[in-house]
Amino acid sequence: MSTVAETSITLTPEHGARPGATVRSRLQDALPKLVLAPSFAATVVFVYGFILWTIYLSFTNSKTFPSYAITGPRAYQRLWRWTFESDPPSSWYTSITNMGIFGFLYISICLALGLFLAILLDQKIRGEGMLRPIYLYPMALSFIVTGVAWKWFLDPGLGLEQTLHQWGWTSFHFDWIKNKDFVIYTVVIAGVWQASGFIMAMFLAGLRGIDGEILKAAQIDGATTFQLYRRIVIPLLRPIFLSALIVLAHLAIKSYDLVVALTSGGPGGSAWLPSNFMYEYTFKRNEMAVGSASAVIMLMTITAIIVPYLYSELREKPR
Amino acid sequence: MLRKLLIGTALASGVAFAAHAEDVKEVQMLHWWTSGGEAAALNVLKQDLAKEGFAWKDVPVAGGGGDAAMTALKAMVAAGNYPTASQMLGYTVLDYAAAGVMGDLTETAKKEGWDKSVPAALQKFSVYDGKWVAAPVNVHSVNWLWINKAVMDKIGGTEPKTFDDFIALLDKAKAAGVIPLALGGQNWQEATMFDSVVLSTGGPEFYKKAFNDLDEESLKSDTMKKSFDNLAKLVTYVDPNFSGRDWNLATAMVIKGDALVQVMGDWAKGEFNAAKKVPGTDFLCYRFPGTDGSVVYNSDMFGMFNVPEDRKAAQIALATATLSKSFQSAFNVVKGSVPARTDVPDTDFDACGKKGMADLKAANEGGTLFGSLAQGYGAPPAVANAYKDVVSKFVHGQIKTSDEAVTQLVSAIEDAK
Repeated sequence: MSTVAETSITLTPEHGARPGATVRSRLQDALPKLVLAPSFAATVVFVYGFILWTIYLSFTNSKTFPSYAITGPRAYQRLWRWTFESDPPSSWYTSITNMGIFGFLYISICLALGLFLAILLDQKIRGEGMLRPIYLYPMALSFIVTGVAWKWFLDPGLGLEQTLHQWGWTSFHFDWIKNKDFVIYTVVIAGVWQASGFIMAMFLAGLRGIDGEILKAAQIDGATTFQLYRRIVIPLLRPIFLSALIVLAHLAIKSYDLVVALTSGGPGGSAWLPSNFMYEYTFKRNEMAVGSASAVIMLMTITAIIVPYLYSELREKPR
Repeated sequence: MLRKLLIGTALASGVAFAAHAEDVKEVQMLHWWTSGGEAAALNVLKQDLAKEGFAWKDVPVAGGGGDAAMTALKAMVAAGNYPTASQMLGYTVLDYAAAGVMGDLTETAKKEGWDKSVPAALQKFSVYDGKWVAAPVNVHSVNWLWINKAVMDKIGGTEPKTFDDFIALLDKAKAAGVIPLALGGQNWQEATMFDSVVLSTGGPEFYKKAFNDLDEESLKSDTMKKSFDNLAKLVTYVDPNFSGRDWNLATAMVIKGDALVQVMGDWAKGEFNAAKKVPGTDFLCYRFPGTDGSVVYNSDMFGMFNVPEDRKAAQIALATATLSKSFQSAFNVVKGSVPARTDVPDTDFDACGKKGMADLKAANEGGTLFGSLAQGYGAPPAVANAYKDVVSKFVHGQIKTSDEAVTQLVSAIEDAK
């Protein structure tokens, strides 16, 4: 925006102080604002407006329909109580512990696997042009497709286990998807399969952007390959880690459809994530206040994680 | 003064205009009966209405299924854009009626005699505050056993009359190397089976107290504990791969003879029909052992919304056609359910349908017609879902003992009330 303003200032003296020019310069000044205004307004209303709306609803007694009388933090009190009900696990307890397991494993495995694949692909191997899209392709599928495909593959009566039994390996046993304690890990498997190729592509782009001179200099100084990556390449990829983390974190928080397609909630609801909890309570159980409160907690959790991270990463930029 | 006059004139002419306006000859219908048999059954209604000159317009629902439809309906109603009618279940009708958006069909109901022909238990959901707000389409009952006859003959089984008979029969199947019980491990299927188990274990009075009146004493009684124990017994007869299975796949196991029996509502019969199986020769339908004489029901309703005057005629035509004897018979023969009025002749129905209709009539007269808690006809959705949670967690082992299950059931229901 500042560039536009500067240009208009330099233009004005050449053409003299005609009124038309001021109108024009004013228009030029205002144009970016005008063009941005609709999307700004839409964002304010549909994102921030509805965030406030959700917060408001979480303090009411809304059931099937929104009700507007504030009745206090009863929804939060219930969630708080459910947070500590671990035996038998309340649905909320299951959801948040699953979120912890899924979020941690999904993000860390995707980052590790993506970086590893990218480093391997970066070794100037033949056929890279073909291999890259093969890894990247799963990202083009929707979560629903991924979920259904993995559901069939992991089903002991249909997929992997059944096939291996037919091939003669009858002692093979893999029923995680039917097991209440392990079902969340199948969600991790499917999620990692889908996203790690994309993360690989991000790291690959980062690796290609690293100046070869630095690496050569390090090699001359006698750095081993491991040291090279450990001390130079990976630290240089830091901005990529930031982007990848943000992409993965929001995918993890919103993976509602993967759980539904892959497990339909899991045995006894054991695969629920907070997003499933929110949808169930708001739309199926007609407890809109509880649903809203859980949405607010999800928002606060992700804010608590992302904001300090973004702050620490972005603050160092102008060094 | 002049201004008032002007406004008055404007209003009067507006009203006159509205009265003279052409009635909209169109029915806007929100429903999720899109699959084979159900869509065919609904076609009967479309044709009946077409004969009277009313066009049929489906309100599209992205994603299909009842949940998506209910979300769509919520959005439409919030925007003030009511459909003529919507397929609805149980307490949803009452929720919307309480929100004041439902129409009033009482006149039509009087003229057509619905008060007498529709079972009283159903009227609890179709009549709100003395006004008819919905037209029931059918009555499903959930306390059925669906048995593959070939397998039954092979193992030499007979109709189980008590719960112990049933366990003995399942043992026979197990010994013969057949999966005894086909179950889909989704919470609503488990809870639907548990409805029958409770009715069988505690009897009709107990079922009503516990699952319709939500009486705390009954919910935490020893009978309820016994019911959970019985459920645990049944679960030992399912195959290890049951978790997450869809209900129709479980039915397919019985149809193919891989499994002996499924405990499921009478919509399972639609699957047998679609596979060209004949009741009595290919499959058997018995009441869940120990529940003969009682009917645990759920029902599909067409909720009628408070549409503008010019759409009322179409709505009344739709409601009248829905509860006409001819449609009730034609639709329910295909759907597998039984008519929502007890005075429809049973000539077109198969053996299971005839039994279902006779049972419904008897249960209605004997006061043993109860709403299914699992299907959302026993209590509001929050309670029904809390119940499904507990049953499902018990089946899958998060809740380990029947003592714990009963404690959880009481506190979950108390929480959700």
